[in-house]
Parts: sequence; C-alpha cells; structure tokens
Amino acid sequence: MVEEDSVRVVRCGGSELNFRRAVFSADSKYIFCVSGDFVKVHSTATEECVHILQGHRNLVTGIQLNPNNHLQLYSCSFDGTIKLWDYIDGILIKTFIVGHKLHALFTLACAEDSVFVIINKEKPDIFQLVSVKLPKSSSQEIEAKELSFVLDYINQSPKCIAFGNEGEYVAAVRDFYLSVYFFKKKTTSRFTLSSSKNKKHAKNNFTCVACHPKEDCIATGHKDGKIRLWRNFDDDKKYTYTCLHWHHDMVMDLAFSVMGTSLLSGGRESVLVEWRDATEKNKEFLPRLGATIEHISVSPAGDLFCTSHSDNKIIIIHRNLEASAVIQGLVKDSNIFTGLMIDPRTKALVLNGKPGHLQFYSLQHDKQLYNLDIIQQEYINDYGLIQIELTKAAFGCYGNWLATVEQRQEKETELEMQMKLWMYNKKTQGFVLNTKVSMPHEDHITALCFCNAEKLENPTLVTASKDGHFKVWILTDDSDIYKKAVGWTCDFVGSYHKYQATNCCFSEDGSLLAVGFEEIVTIWDSETWELKCTFCQRAGNIRHLCFGRLTCSKYLLGATENGILCCWNLLSCALEWSAKLNVRVMEPDPHSENIAAISQSSVGSDLFVFKPSEPRPLYIQKNISREEVQWGVFVPRDVPESFTSEAYQWLNRSQFYFLTKSQSLLTFSTKSPEEKLTPTSKQLLAEESLPTTPFYFILGKHREQQDEKINEALESELVQLPLTENIPAISELLHTPAHVLPSAAFLCSKFVNSLLLSKETKSCEETPEDVDMEEEKESDDSDVENDFTEKTQDTNDTDLGEDIIHQLSKSEEKELRKFRKVDYSWITVL
Amino acid sequence: MGEFKVHRVRFFNYVPSGIRCVAYNNQSNRLAVSRTDGTVEIYNLSANYFQEKFFPGHESRATEALCWAKGQRLFSAGLNGEIIEYDLQALNIKYAVDAFGGPIWSMAVSPHGSQLLVGCEDGSVKLFQITPEKIQFERNFDRQKSRILSLSWHPSGTHVAAGSIDYISVFDVKSGSAVHKMLVDRQYMGVSKRKCIIWGVAFLSDGTVISVDSAGKVQFWDSATGTLVKNHLIANADVQSIAVSDQEDSFVVGTAEGTVFHFQLVSVTSNSSEKQWVRTKPFQHHTHDVRAVAHSPTALISGGTDTHLVIRPLMEKVEVKNYDAALRKITFPHRRLISCSKKRQLLLFQFAHHLELWRLGSTVATGKNGDTLPLSKNADHLLHLRTKGPENIICSCISPCGSWIAYSTTSRFFLYRLNYEHDNISLQRVSKMPAFLRSALQILFSEDSTKLFVASNQGSLHVIRLMEGSFKHLHTFQPQSGTVESMCLLAVSPDGNWLAASGTSAGVHVYSIKHLKLHCTVPSYNFPVTALAIAPNTNNLVIAHSDQQVFEYSIPDKQYTEWSRTIQKQGFHYLWLQRDTPITHISFHPKRPMHILLHDAYMFCIIDKSLPLPNDKTLLYNPLPPTNESDVIRRRTAHAFKISKIYKPLLFMDLLDERTLVAVERPLDDIIAQLPPPIKKKKFGT
Repeated sequence: MVEEDSVRVVRCGGSELNFRRAVFSADSKYIFCVSGDFVKVHSTATEECVHILQGHRNLVTGIQLNPNNHLQLYSCSFDGTIKLWDYIDGILIKTFIVGHKLHALFTLACAEDSVFVIINKEKPDIFQLVSVKLPKSSSQEIEAKELSFVLDYINQSPKCIAFGNEGEYVAAVRDFYLSVYFFKKKTTSRFTLSSSKNKKHAKNNFTCVACHPKEDCIATGHKDGKIRLWRNFDDDKKYTYTCLHWHHDMVMDLAFSVMGTSLLSGGRESVLVEWRDATEKNKEFLPRLGATIEHISVSPAGDLFCTSHSDNKIIIIHRNLEASAVIQGLVKDSNIFTGLMIDPRTKALVLNGKPGHLQFYSLQHDKQLYNLDIIQQEYINDYGLIQIELTKAAFGCYGNWLATVEQRQEKETELEMQMKLWMYNKKTQGFVLNTKVSMPHEDHITALCFCNAEKLENPTLVTASKDGHFKVWILTDDSDIYKKAVGWTCDFVGSYHKYQATNCCFSEDGSLLAVGFEEIVTIWDSETWELKCTFCQRAGNIRHLCFGRLTCSKYLLGATENGILCCWNLLSCALEWSAKLNVRVMEPDPHSENIAAISQSSVGSDLFVFKPSEPRPLYIQKNISREEVQWGVFVPRDVPESFTSEAYQWLNRSQFYFLTKSQSLLTFSTKSPEEKLTPTSKQLLAEESLPTTPFYFILGKHREQQDEKINEALESELVQLPLTENIPAISELLHTPAHVLPSAAFLCSKFVNSLLLSKETKSCEETPEDVDMEEEKESDDSDVENDFTEKTQDTNDTDLGEDIIHQLSKSEEKELRKFRKVDYSWITVL
Repeated sequence: MGEFKVHRVRFFNYVPSGIRCVAYNNQSNRLAVSRTDGTVEIYNLSANYFQEKFFPGHESRATEALCWAKGQRLFSAGLNGEIIEYDLQALNIKYAVDAFGGPIWSMAVSPHGSQLLVGCEDGSVKLFQITPEKIQFERNFDRQKSRILSLSWHPSGTHVAAGSIDYISVFDVKSGSAVHKMLVDRQYMGVSKRKCIIWGVAFLSDGTVISVDSAGKVQFWDSATGTLVKNHLIANADVQSIAVSDQEDSFVVGTAEGTVFHFQLVSVTSNSSEKQWVRTKPFQHHTHDVRAVAHSPTALISGGTDTHLVIRPLMEKVEVKNYDAALRKITFPHRRLISCSKKRQLLLFQFAHHLELWRLGSTVATGKNGDTLPLSKNADHLLHLRTKGPENIICSCISPCGSWIAYSTTSRFFLYRLNYEHDNISLQRVSKMPAFLRSALQILFSEDSTKLFVASNQGSLHVIRLMEGSFKHLHTFQPQSGTVESMCLLAVSPDGNWLAASGTSAGVHVYSIKHLKLHCTVPSYNFPVTALAIAPNTNNLVIAHSDQQVFEYSIPDKQYTEWSRTIQKQGFHYLWLQRDTPITHISFHPKRPMHILLHDAYMFCIIDKSLPLPNDKTLLYNPLPPTNESDVIRRRTAHAFKISKIYKPLLFMDLLDERTLVAVERPLDDIIAQLPPPIKKKKFGT
C-alpha cells in the first residue's frame, strides 16, 4: 500500500504560529497564520484548523489577502516564491518565482498588479523594500523578475514597515529613525530621535510602526515603552508627534482599528492596550494574556482582533476586548528539561510548556491538548529573577501516575527542590496531586524512572541524585478514619561508594534496576534491593543507560561521556560488544527491540538504529540535523505500517521524533510532505457562501430541507447533497461543544438521515416495492462517490471514518431502512 | 585665577513669589509677568529675556489679569476691584480705576485694542473704552449668575466668550446680551465634582471656543450652535490656563500638575483641507500649578506657583540656532537684592517686606585648595527691619562702612544710621527726609560712605552728603531734556569723582561729582545694561549688556579702551554668548588692576586682561587649575576668562578683601521646600 521512498527528515508541526502577524479573511470567518513551511487556515469561531496550505519549500515569511479578490491569499517564503492560494478550497492557484529570499510581503489595493517584499540582495544584513510586478499569465508558474526598488537599509521585520493612507506613503523604522517614502512625490523624509547615547537611560529605539487607515498619522512603538504618534510628516520642519506612555517595557506591536478610532498596543506586560481616540487618558486594557504579545492584527471587518504570543498561541479577541478563542501550538519559549515523553493514555507528546507547566501536545492534530500546572505559583515575568524550574517528569503505570521534580537554586548552597506525584483521576480526566515530597534528596535529582512491569502489585519509583543516593519510593496505604487514601513513601535508599548517582533504569519485567554511579553501572534486584553486580568500563561517566527489550532483554546498554557505547550481557555479566559512538540521545522503542541512538559530530547529528543483540546497526541516517539534537522519543503508531525493506522496518511499529536545540520538532517519514499532513476535515470547507457556523450545519440544512419540500424545482440539485453532507454532519456533531448542541431528539433524525444514502425527498414518498431497485442505484452511487473521494484525497488513514460509513453492511442498511420508515414528521413540529 | 577664601552664604532665605499672569506683546516682543505679591515685571524677549523693568508689589493688589493694549499700554486688574494702568517710562502706576463689580477675575482687550473688558465677582462683564489718557466705563453686559473667570474676544470683535462656573457664555458685543450658554460637564473621571470652573477660554476666528476647566478637560465648542465639538481629557487635575498663537494654528494649556500641553492644528491627510486639533507634546518643566501661559510666535511661555518662568522654543519656528533656540528658565530677578559692607563684613538681604542684616562668620583654620574650613564664629543675624505699610521694597543699600542703611518703597524713602557698641547694635532713623526723596529706583553709597546717590523714578539723580546723624542735599542731576526715562543702575568710582548711571534703554551717562555736571555719555547700544562698575585708579567704566557683551570705557579719555576694542574686534567665545543669565555684578581686585570680576547666576568669572582672548576653538570652561600639568601647557591653554561654576545659583559675589570672597547662593531645592506641596502623582515603579 505504501510506496517505499527513502526516509527523509521532515518537520512535523509544532512550528511557530507567532512568526508573523496573523491575517483575517475579509469576512472574519477564517484566520491565517504561518506555521513553518505551511499556512494554516483556522476558523475564528471554532479554533479548528480548516486547511493547511502546503507548497512552499522553506519557511513562510508573509501572508496577505489579495486586495483585489478577498477570497485569495498571497504568501511568500524564504524559498523565493510568492504563491497565490484559494484558501476556501485550499488550492494553490499560482506561483510567482522571484528568486530572492523573501522576508516579508505587503499588498496594496491601489497597486493592482504588484506586491511589496523585503529582500536582502548584497550584504547579509542590508534589507530592501522592493515592489514586485506580478505578470498576468494563465500558467501555473510564472517568473516575476521585475523588481523596483522602494526603500533601502530597512529593518527585516515586517513590523517595521507600514503603508499608509491607501498607499500614498510607506513608513519604515530602524534604530533611531523613521523614514517615510511618498510614492507620488518620490521623496523620502527621515526623522531621527536622539539616540540613547545622548541621554541617560533613554532607550528610544524604534521597534514597530503602524499607519492610521484614514488620516496622515504614523504610530511608532519604542523600546522604552513609549508610543509616538507622528503627524505633519510631509513637512521636514513642521512635523510633530504626541507621546503615549503606558508600557514599561518595549512596545512589541501596534495596530490601528479599521476606522482608526483606536490604537492597539502590546508588549511583554501581556496586556493588550486599546487607546481610544489616541488619547492618553482614554484607554482600555485586556490583561493576563499569559505571555508576551508579539503581534497584533485586526480583521478587515473590524469585529475581531488577534494577538500572537511568544508561547506560540494566537488569541482571537472580540471588539469589546473579550478573548473569544485561543489557537495554541507547541509552546517553545522555555528550556526543555523534562525531555520528550509520551502520555500513555492520550499518546500526546509531553514536555515543558509554559513556565511551570507540562504541556500535552497532540502530534496528530498539531495542537496543544492541555497544560498541567505543576508548580502552581504565579509566574512573575521579569529579568533577572530566578524561577522555579520543572526539571524532571516521568509517567508510570500506564499513565496512572506522573512524577515531577521542580527546583530553584538561588545560590550554590540554597537548593529548593520538590518532588510531586500526580494520580490520574478518571472522573475528572486529569492529574491530581497525590504526594508532595520536599527535598527528596540533598542535591539535584539526575534521573527519575517508574517500574513499568506488567504484573506489578505495587507501583515503584526510583530517583537518582547527585548526593550519591538513589531512593526507591513505593505507593502505600495512607488511609485514616476519615478517608481512604494512598501515598508515596521512601522504601529504600541505596548508594555505591559515595559516587554520584547519574542514571537509573528498570528492566522490562521490573526485576532488575540499573543505577549508574558516574563510571560504574550497578545492578540491583528489585525484590530485595540487593546489589547483584557492577559493570565498569572506565570510559567516562555514564550518560545514558537502558535495558534491551523483548528478545534482547538480557542486554544492558550504556553510553558514556567519552563516546563509547557499551552493551553488557546480564546473563554472563560480561561486555558483549562496544562501539565508539558519541551518543547524545539514546531511546529504546517500547514496541520492538530497536534502540535509536543519535550521535553528535562537528558536521551534524547522525542517527543509528540497532538491536542490542548485534553490534551492526539496522539503519544509519547521516546528518539528520545540522544542530545538536537534544531529545528524542519513539511514538507508537496507531496503525502499524508495513515496510518490507529491512532498513525501514524499525519504523513499522513506532515513529521516532526528535527535538533540536533550536526547538524544531522533527521526525522521519517516507511520504512526501504533501501527503504527510492531510487536513483532518477537508469536507468541512464551506461550499456554500452561507455562514458555516456549527448551527448552520444542523439548523441551516434542516431549514433547507423543509424548503425543498415546498419547492420541488430544486429537487434535482439535492441529489448530491446528502452524500457530500454526510461527513460534515457527523463531524460537526462531534466537534461542536456539547453545550451549544440542540437536543438529542432533534439531532437524532438528522444524524440517522445523514447515514442513509438515498435522497430524502424521494424516500418519503416512495413505496416499499422500489427498495431493491433503489438499493442497487444507491450502491452504484456510493461506489462512484468512493472512487471520487479516493481520487481527490489520495489514500489516507485519516479518512477511516468515511470508509466505515461507506462500508455499511447490507444488514445494517436494512436496519436503517426500518428507521426511515418510522414517521419522524413529529420532530419538525417540535 | 588666584586663590581665595570664600564665604559660602546659604542663609539668604529668599523665595520669589509665584507667577500669576503672563501677557505677551507681539509688537514690542515684550512679556509682562505678574506675581502673586502684585509685582509686575517686564521682560524684553529681544534682549535675551532680560528683565528690564519692574513695578513693585503691594499687599492689597493681587493681580488676577494682565493685558497689553494698543500703543504698548499695560493694564492689570485684581481682587481689589481696580483696573490699573502702568507707566512704562517712569516705572510707576499711572492711575487706578475701580470697576465697581467686586473683585476682578479676568480682563481682555479687544482685538483692535480700543476696548477693555473685565469680568467681575458679581457676574458682570464691564466694557471700558480706552482713551489716550485714561479708560472710560461704557456699559455692562448681561449679568451672569456667578463670577466671570475668563474672557476672550472673537478676533473680529463682534462676540465675546466668558467662562464662568459650570458654563460658558457667548455675548454679542453690540447688544451686550448672552447669545449662547454652553453647560460644561461636571463629571471628572466618572466622579461628579461639585463644580466645574472654566479657568480659561479662547475664541478662534472660525467661531470655535476652546475652554479649559477644573475637571482636566480641554473642550472645543461651536459658538454658532452652542454645542460641544470635541473633548480632550488631558489631566487628573485642573487645567488652569490657555494661550493661542496669532495664526491660530497652535495653542498651549497649563495644568495644575505642572505639565504644559501643546495642541496643534494639523491637516487630517496631506491632500485634504480638513484639519483637526491634535495634542502633540507635553512639557514638564514645572513642579507646581501652571497658572499662566503665553504663546509667542517662536516659543511657549509658562509660569506658575513654582516661581519659574519657562520659555520653551518651538524648534520648527526657530530659523537659526541662536540664543532663542534653547529652553530658558528664569527664576531669580535680574537685579541685586544683596548689598555688602566690606569693612564690617556685613550683608544686607532685601526681601519683599523686610530687610535682614547679617554679619559673616569667621574662621581661624587654614587649609588646602578645595577644603571646607570649620567656622570659629557663626554668622550672626544682626537686624530684622520690617517696612511699614503694604508696599514692597524697591531697593536697598548698606554703606561700605556699615553705618548707614537706606531703602525705598513706592511712596517713601528711609535712611537709617547704625551704631555699633561692641556686640550691641542700635538703629536710628534719619527723619525729615526732603520732599523730593519719595521713591527711589536705585540707591548707592560712595566708597568712603560720605555721599548717597539716589536715582528717583522721575529720571533725576540726587546727590546727598551724609554727616554724623544728618544729611545735606548737594545736587540733583536732571534728566536730559525730553526724556523721562528712569535710571536703574548706578556706579560710583572708588575715588568718588565719577558717577555712572544707566536707564533701561538709553546709554550710560557719566557725571563728574567734583564739578557736578554731566561728563560724557557712552554711545548707546542696542541691548540694555545689566551691570555697571568703575575700576579703581584707571577709572575705566565696565559695562555688561544683556546680550553678554562686556565693554570697557575710559572715563578720562571718553573713549573705549584698547582692550575693549580688541575684544569687540575678535568677538566673544560662542559659549560665552550662549550663557543663560545676565551678568548682575561687576567688581575689581584692588591689587590686580588687570582683573575684572563678574558673575551671573551660574558662574563666576575673572577676566584677566593681560592674557590672550579665547577663540571659538579653545575650551572656554576650563576645569579646576591643573596641578600636575607642566607650566608650559598651562600657559598655552590659559586665556583671559577664568570661569568657576562651583557656586550656583549664585545671587551675589563680591570681594571682601584681597584674599576673601563672599558668595551668596540660593539652592533651588530650598526654594521648592518652602513652596506648598505639589499635586501627588502616582509614579510607576514607586
């Protein structure tokens, strides 16, 4: 079924949504945001991703609506192309090849056939604003080489460029000056602020710029938190400005409302400020937005704002300053101490998120599921503060338990540390704090692992610490006369010659515990906590330690700091083999014997997949990333792949994800990127121009059907409708929050009807004799339909839901037919 | 420069009074400033903002309004209900007219300058006709319910806007009836205040009325319909003053928080004629209420309770970088308030209503350069002399021997004899002053304390011989025929032969005391004289002008000296010409004839005429004398101007003897500490 291309490293979502300003569609129904090489189309009402516009081969750096056709979207990328999309259908219309690396894109209504881009031509940090003439041609790929220069020596960020008064002028800021270029006069005025060298503590560097949509007024944001409103800037001498000052730190972005009556500003305070009439005294606030506001944009219809935040989220805000939706991507703005983990229940990727939180991130849907507040303290965002850091986390007992370690070290001797154990609560579907251990060790905890053996009567946790001890914690009964409770207590403390304990690892069956003490590996019996044996290779401190699995469970693997990978045989207590490999990441696959190791060299990182039983690697991929790879994890596949080639067999059961130093989440795939991520709900797109709110799908269609009954003329059009409508009805039913759904009695008929493959109107009048004939017809229909979908969507595991619907067995269909015979007309009366 | 022992005096407890009104006259480029004690000062903006004239205050004459009328006539009105016109030549009050409407809160001159309008406590608006000699009551406008706090004429002269409490009235001048009554919102940041006081109104030629009020609002009204057009909330406290430029393209308002806001009329887009008023820049140069603002073509002028007069140039209007292009802050009067008796080491301080006599402390300790020496004897407050009556002291002087004190108010002249018996001091008033000695603008004793020179406000100079307990009038120098200008500055030569006197604008006259006649007149110069002194032995007259030029004129030769010609030819250092405040005192070293000692408020300078003059490339403000550098370098970098900026603000500095200087400082912080507390403002991060 799957063609075996070569395995390639691909990005797998988790890209920055806050890289550029988000853009609203003209009717405010959709919001577009850049996401790595893609453009994502989200619904503003439901936060759902409707489309992913794929086609760029490098980072997308700018998106703008086509001013001449608001159903089209321009995007530009580092790959040197400008692409025009039909965002409603998710279709690429045209590609304009410019050839330079494009840093930002601007469109103007008055400049019909040209757009503006920021390029750097010669020197690496000298950027130019140029206008690109987009030639009219019917072909798909067009060369657009006609560039005309507008402004030189500008800032590369698109926040520092703004077009004003219907394209009469363009304002650019950089360092300490504002330049305004007037297109008609072809002159540039430059206004310079006295630089910070002249005045003490005056950090008045420009940071961003916005132009008033109706008046000749330019708003600039500054590093010291001031906003200046410039007027009369067409006169070099009589120019004047007003200051607005509320922010205490850098103004990150500015935006005017559509009519220019209010100005929005945001910064590190995480407060959206609305300056009404641009006066200092008349301002409104939307506080507690969670993270630094990076970008602000305003919908062309004027009813919505949105803010992009440094924690990779987009908040859609209503005109009355109420946050209405949050689009949250993978949080990336903190150091990853916990590494990558897989939540055994949700199969979500778990890692450090917001400060003090663990984030649960769905790899399939590229969105954050939820945040678990571990530290449970107010986060104070200020320079120089030493924060409590969440340093370790581990899941145990099939996701029933979560152990976390947090620490804060102000001085060398003052270590504050807490270990928390969280129990999964089935009722609330979340983790609840069970046990809090303050100072579980005297020094930093270096490793944390649960015993994940299948038949384990007592959950066991082992912590290893720099203080030279490892501690075994077990769950005990903590009940008293008031309630039944369980809690964790320390069961055993082990040490080995006062060496620092650096790693710990349980064998697959839980019978053995391996603890690394600097250069020495010790093996302990988990029943009696007796030291069984030690291994020492004198090759540097142990950096990674893991047991083999399944058939290879008799092997123990250790990677040392001096670049030696050792494999010990536990039965013979001898070194089986060793290899010279500078291992950075070593991860065992939970579903196979395979172990993945990533080594670091000066040119890049290499991946080795091997079985502990044999020193020959199964698979080698050189240079998977130029950067240092920090963490990796195997994620079990829901549906196993069936690679026949021996080299790719390690990808059958699980998929390997890894995180580089710049925090890009990458994986290995054989599919081309176009296939890789398919929109989960391609059919959700609105074929009609009616508003596609959830209510529309349920109520709008219902009304339509009623209309149909009266208006026979439209009957023919309806032939296709029930079929195409099938998926939306169900998916909407599943996606709509429960509190906005109509009553179940009402939905029932709708749902059942949607499963039937016949025409609604006919079925009501038709006689039972026609059933057979119709049946045939319908099955034909559905076959055709099936083919059709296959053609358009390619084959995909995500379309499973659809397949199931079409593969209704005959008996099921008959059952449904019975339902149909029941008179549901009473529902309409309701 | 030489080493001196310096008496650093900081016990002059002088607090200037707050500024109440400012009025700018465009034709003469002069600014009239009235203070809360009733003093009115005239600043010449063309002459580096020099305070060239002043009218002493009066306890009962609190000025509430000040305005210029046609032909450089200055009127003021106050809470005693009188309208006063000042005589700018003789420096006295021409006449006072009671308006019979209770205290007067506001006054405005019609655009043509022929009519005067006053707003009174009883709610009446009274129209006066300005005649060449006096003012004539014409009629009342419709009487309003409460006091009229502000008035503004429409530039055409047909309508008048009057700000009262809670509302603004628009009057038709012809009929005198109120055309519109515009009620002002009392709401203040959502809280209803008791009253909303309209502190200022401005009528623009397009019919817009701008009002500022106690709720912190600047509002724009359409006077044709009587409706509110736009509202700017700019302060949490009162907005107390407003001034509009002549072109009506910008105006300035002052708030009780000490902030001055500039509003400008800017076009909405470059290609449309539509314009809007935009608040542009705030200026925070004051700590207290800004009670008065003025708008000159090139600068915003503001003054208030914190006693500073601030002149903030509009950079876009300034064509060339000159003296006008910098921010100016005028705090101290440009005249001497301190006189010194060298023989007895006494200082006489002049306050508005009293005089203080102090004996300087002394020390026996010695120390290195820059050391602070401990006092063996503290300074002594010898005398506190209160004036009788409500009038302020105009001038005062103590004789060099320390046994005579003379001072003058507007109506009386006082002369006292001091007797010292060990530590006791007795004061004896010299009675029976002659009738012509009623009011003096400047008093000076001769070096040997035998003669008293008095410049009266009629332009005449009286010479009086002093004897033990009595006096004799020797002579009166009458002013030149045709001029009535008063003399404000006097200088006498140490040998007692020559007397130099200068008026506000004309040249310096030199009289021979021996022959009791005019000796010569120094050629007149465009800028007013700020300080005068005659050098011992050579009898060279040194004159400092408000444009920072210094001339040396030889009285015996009746011509400028060679040194003066040289420095005029070469020109002064550009930094010297850019200095902020005028030179207020000149003195000489008895043993070093080549030295001229002079000071302004921020520096003390010794000009050594024997050294080369600095050119624009040399460093004017040399640091403290370098000790480690070789003599060669020191000689190469040395120039005629030795400047010390250690003492500031410096009100007085003189040489007591060859090795001792006395410097009287008045730190600004001490003045602010004596002012009422400013409005508390929340400052971020505190």
